[in-house]
Amino acid sequence: MLRRLLPLIIFVALGGLLFAGIQLSRHEDPGALPSPLIGKPAPAFALPELLAPDKIVRNSDLAGAPYVLNVWGSWCVNCQEEHPVITALAARGIVKVVGYNYHEVEPGDAPRWLAQFGNPYALILSDVDGRTALDWGIYGAPESFLVDARGIVRWKHVGPLTDEIIAHELMPLLPAKKVSP
Amino acid sequence: MLPELGQLALILALLLAALQALLPLFGAQRGIDAWMRVARPAAFGQLLFVALAFGILMHAFVVHDFSVAYVARNYNSLLPIGYCIAAVWGAHEGSLLLWILILALWTGAVARFSKSLPLPVIARVLGVMGLVSVGFLLFTLLTSNPFARLLPMPPEGADLNPLLQDPGLIMHPPILYSGYVGTTVAFAFAIAALFDGKVDARWVRWSRPWTNVAWALLTIGIALGSWWAYYELGWGGWWFWDPVENASFMPWLACTALLHSQAVTEKRGSFRGWTLLLAIAAFSLSLLGTFLVRSGVITSVHSFAADPARGLFILVFLGIVIGGSLLLYALRAPRDDDGAPFAFASRETLILANNLLLTTACAMVLIGTLFPLFADAMKLGRYSVGPPYFGSMFFLLMAPLVLLLPFGPLTRWQKEQASLPIKLLLPWLIVALIGGGVAFVAMPNAPWKYAAGIAIGLWLAFGTLRFVRRRLAMTGQRFTAEMLGMTFAHVGVAVFFFGILLTEATSVEKDVAVVPGQQVEAGDYTFRFDGVQRATGPNYLSDRGSVSVSRGDRRIAVLHPEKRRYEAGGQIMTETAIDPALNRDLYVALGEPIDARGGWALRVYVKPWVRCIWLGALLMALGGFTTSLDRRFRRNAEVG
Repeated sequence: MLRRLLPLIIFVALGGLLFAGIQLSRHEDPGALPSPLIGKPAPAFALPELLAPDKIVRNSDLAGAPYVLNVWGSWCVNCQEEHPVITALAARGIVKVVGYNYHEVEPGDAPRWLAQFGNPYALILSDVDGRTALDWGIYGAPESFLVDARGIVRWKHVGPLTDEIIAHELMPLLPAKKVSP
Repeated sequence: MLPELGQLALILALLLAALQALLPLFGAQRGIDAWMRVARPAAFGQLLFVALAFGILMHAFVVHDFSVAYVARNYNSLLPIGYCIAAVWGAHEGSLLLWILILALWTGAVARFSKSLPLPVIARVLGVMGLVSVGFLLFTLLTSNPFARLLPMPPEGADLNPLLQDPGLIMHPPILYSGYVGTTVAFAFAIAALFDGKVDARWVRWSRPWTNVAWALLTIGIALGSWWAYYELGWGGWWFWDPVENASFMPWLACTALLHSQAVTEKRGSFRGWTLLLAIAAFSLSLLGTFLVRSGVITSVHSFAADPARGLFILVFLGIVIGGSLLLYALRAPRDDDGAPFAFASRETLILANNLLLTTACAMVLIGTLFPLFADAMKLGRYSVGPPYFGSMFFLLMAPLVLLLPFGPLTRWQKEQASLPIKLLLPWLIVALIGGGVAFVAMPNAPWKYAAGIAIGLWLAFGTLRFVRRRLAMTGQRFTAEMLGMTFAHVGVAVFFFGILLTEATSVEKDVAVVPGQQVEAGDYTFRFDGVQRATGPNYLSDRGSVSVSRGDRRIAVLHPEKRRYEAGGQIMTETAIDPALNRDLYVALGEPIDARGGWALRVYVKPWVRCIWLGALLMALGGFTTSLDRRFRRNAEVG
């Protein structure tokens, strides 16, 4: 009899393992692909500012205060949807919101988009060829990063930000006191 | 309005599936003819409503109905209309509906083509298939409704995952699923036999043609997936031992073992319990594959949106179906294996060896796939199991299989003088070894795999053809479709191993940085990079490179590898360019732009005989189809 029950016993053990797997995956946010950058210094960059291309912005220019790096492009439909949320976040003045303009085709596209929908960003980095985006592990838009005052990446979100995500994930990571913009 | 009708159609299909499951199963236990007769019409009705639901979902894609959440997430009006169909099964909900549609089609086919079977048998088989269908319809309706609305309606949808925007992906899922789901038929026959209590050769004979067709479709499906990964991912590999690939490979291994053990059970009456167990295993592994892909338990490039709630549902379903089947097996499997006795030197022994090797291989893949999960659950840390483990495992297990394969057909059932097949095959073994030796001498710098590939290819092909010659020389013996199918499949194995070993031994792979005009030598070929131009596709922008390939003074091809950026999601995709030929592929993929002067990273591969890998798989599949046409299956079905 035991011989004939063996397949069942093996299956029950397998089922237990799969159940453990479900329990494990429950604790991770399945939508969030972990970024290897989290807990590490933000990648070094030197990018022109979108609206003042002569000015080059580096990591050191942003050090001293936390900032949210929001990746967007005028070609990105979801960024349009996300735009009011970003605008509201920037208006609260709790954290500096830096734009990361990515993969534009024509130089005029991004400024026109901002003129149409409004510009919530404290400043905007422009990455036309997408080389720096590789260092950040950006593979689409919108994506958002939180970088703290010491330049360490604290958090990453892939896809449009929503008020819930900001309230439950981003805000708890920010220092309680208001940072001057 | 239509999407709501689609959901209604799914609910009606669920009710019919429940009817198809319960009445005939109880009717068969109690001997009530009227209840058993419900099975066929219920199966056809279920097919009708599932097809209706599927058609409505497809319609929602065609008319760009972005108020349907699933459409909005997977379709963009820039998407070429041809991908409209592929987009229907581009993500979890739709592919699940496709799964259900294919199950309904198999059920309908069984209902249609088994008129000659006794009523209780067909009632039980359709009843079991109805139970499986109930599970999947419930899964769809409760956790993954493809018709859920999205309010307010978005103005535009997110695009179909660009990885899936490819002709190969239009065909890969339906064929692969047809194979997966086809294992349900062999399973249903096995369970019907266990319910019946009469586990004899008949049920095996009835289920054999179905098993062969399902196995052939599974083979084509896996080959298509491998081919797609080869040209779409741009890494030049054709198999990655990715968990999702393994999920399709495990049922294939179990199903291959099943095909062989079914032949023994049908003809000799031996291995009855084993055949039952393999039928259950092949189906269980198909379900497990579905679970692994959709539960998020194992992450992979192929994974659908991971959702623990869905995972839990499938796990419970898995527990009921597989646990129930194995319990039934423990209670009702035949206690005495009263097949005809066989000597050590016999075809039964060889098929037993085949089964042991294939099931061990299957178990090894299962362990390798689940070990990272096990380690995680036991807090042993994070592991990933990769090609070194699988590669060496398969080398050990496939070597004896390759050596023994030609002996199988030449060895008689029950008892054989061991010297006879050895005498028949020895000349060909020598020919194969000489071929390998010549290859080794001709290309002393090539790895051992080169010589091995030639020797193994010769040995398997000539060894199989030796059987054909012997059979044709016997007067008065028919060469059956089953034998022809076996010949195709075994020659396919020869071509397959030949392709793998030669590709692995002689591929040339170069990653280089090039500027326009620069040349790269790879093997006998010269690749000249002619720069990159901007090009516009229907829903993407692309950097389109030009690479001209020549051999000596002769120009062979101009290849256009691309780097595409899809507008809706901004994803970057690599499109490789391949000049294919039976004996070699010339393969070029663009890497990243390097500098402002038009320099690019370029990946250049020369892959000899890589096509043989898929050609071998197609031959195996052809063998499966051919075998299923054997007249004996139909004749016996009528008598039975």
